[in-house]
Amino acid sequence: MHWGIFLEQVPDGDAAWWQMLGGGLLWTLATAACAWVVAFVIGSAVGVARTTRSGWLVACGNAYVEVFRNVPLIVQFFLWYFVVPGLVPALQRAVSDMDPTLFQFETSVVCLGLFTAARIAEQVRAGILALAGGQRYAAYAMGLSEFQTYRYVLLPNAYRIIIPPLTSELMNLVKNTAVAYSIGLTELFFRTREMGEITFRYFEAFGAATVVYGVVAMSANRLMALIERRTAVPGYLGGRR
Amino acid sequence: MSDLDFSVVLRSLPYLLKGLGYTAQLTAAAAVGGTVFGTLLALARLSSLQPLRLAASGYVNLMRSIPLLLVIFWFYFLVPVVIQSITGAERPPQIGAERSAYITFVMFEAAYFCEIMRAGIQSVARGQQGAAFALGLTYRQAMAYVILPQAFRNMLPVLLTQTIILFQDVSLVSLLNVTDFVGAAVKIAQRDSRIVEMYSVVAVVYFGLCFALSQMVKGLQRRIAVVR
Repeated sequence: MHWGIFLEQVPDGDAAWWQMLGGGLLWTLATAACAWVVAFVIGSAVGVARTTRSGWLVACGNAYVEVFRNVPLIVQFFLWYFVVPGLVPALQRAVSDMDPTLFQFETSVVCLGLFTAARIAEQVRAGILALAGGQRYAAYAMGLSEFQTYRYVLLPNAYRIIIPPLTSELMNLVKNTAVAYSIGLTELFFRTREMGEITFRYFEAFGAATVVYGVVAMSANRLMALIERRTAVPGYLGGRR
Repeated sequence: MSDLDFSVVLRSLPYLLKGLGYTAQLTAAAAVGGTVFGTLLALARLSSLQPLRLAASGYVNLMRSIPLLLVIFWFYFLVPVVIQSITGAERPPQIGAERSAYITFVMFEAAYFCEIMRAGIQSVARGQQGAAFALGLTYRQAMAYVILPQAFRNMLPVLLTQTIILFQDVSLVSLLNVTDFVGAAVKIAQRDSRIVEMYSVVAVVYFGLCFALSQMVKGLQRRIAVVR
């Protein structure tokens, strides 16, 4: 073992290896954060659509979830990175003018965002269905529109119920960013692998990545636990009295 | 757009099917091995011996907190070294990614199957264990004949759902140049410059298989629910 390797310079580069890995970590975090926003917005919309009374919306929501859950993530990466630009000539032209790093980043955000959205949609739907049916009717009886019912009554309660499963989805999302390595995004796993190949210090590189991924997963877990405590509804078993 | 040529899929069909065969074999082996080791891990996590409990939960938490891709590469480098230290050979044996993937996925999935089996064991009514001990069964007999069959039966739909996820996760070995289904498609796509055709076909095949399997699991779930 030679842990000093992290302080050594990268060949033909002006940074040390720890800075390379740190840069990779920043891409990992940026990708996960942006993808989480995409996933949360689209996942909520799809989840809500699946609980409405419109058969058409429910069918579209179900189809979305089935498509994104039944194709492996790496294949989805290939679809967004190679197939979609290949099928849309206008997009192909835009891509060829684009900074390749930016295109890899945007593809990763879109791909991971839509992939995770299908999982969030499942949770949002489960959360809404877990609420007592009377809440919806009480909201309608008070004269709230369907939109207002979801915005002010159903969703605020449903989100609170599903914080634990959302926590695991956030942790999964962070882990899944490693698959962006397949399209060449220079995130943490890419840099780890690169460091192993160049220095032959695989154990040190992978050991460091294991620790860093562990710390990130743990931090995501603690962050969600904090949100859970802050938003707990008083009077429920999980809430303050 | 107009020059799509799907005949490349027909021409490379035997190669693709061979890749799909490897994917299916790896999935089956990892599902069986993962269930066996996962059940042992679950028993360890529920054990009254603290060191055993800590070791098992440490292993499970470690496996579940790092990306599968990292685990795949870890095992790819570690397995030859570990075998070398066991056999005392002079150099690490050439295992190859195809074979080390079997060990990787059994060890990785064991962590996930462990959590499912743990939930299954904890879902069995407490009285069952008491009744088994009252009948004079040993711990091993109580587990083998009373607790585990019920736990396994209760968790069968979840275990199968996890196996469908596993079937999709196996595709990551293509990044180690293994010729699984995705790996085979990647190689043909690059050789014949038919990237769009090959990747769309792979996506459609995966969707068809996984959708059909998940519908079957749903059907099974409904049948089990009626019986219980």
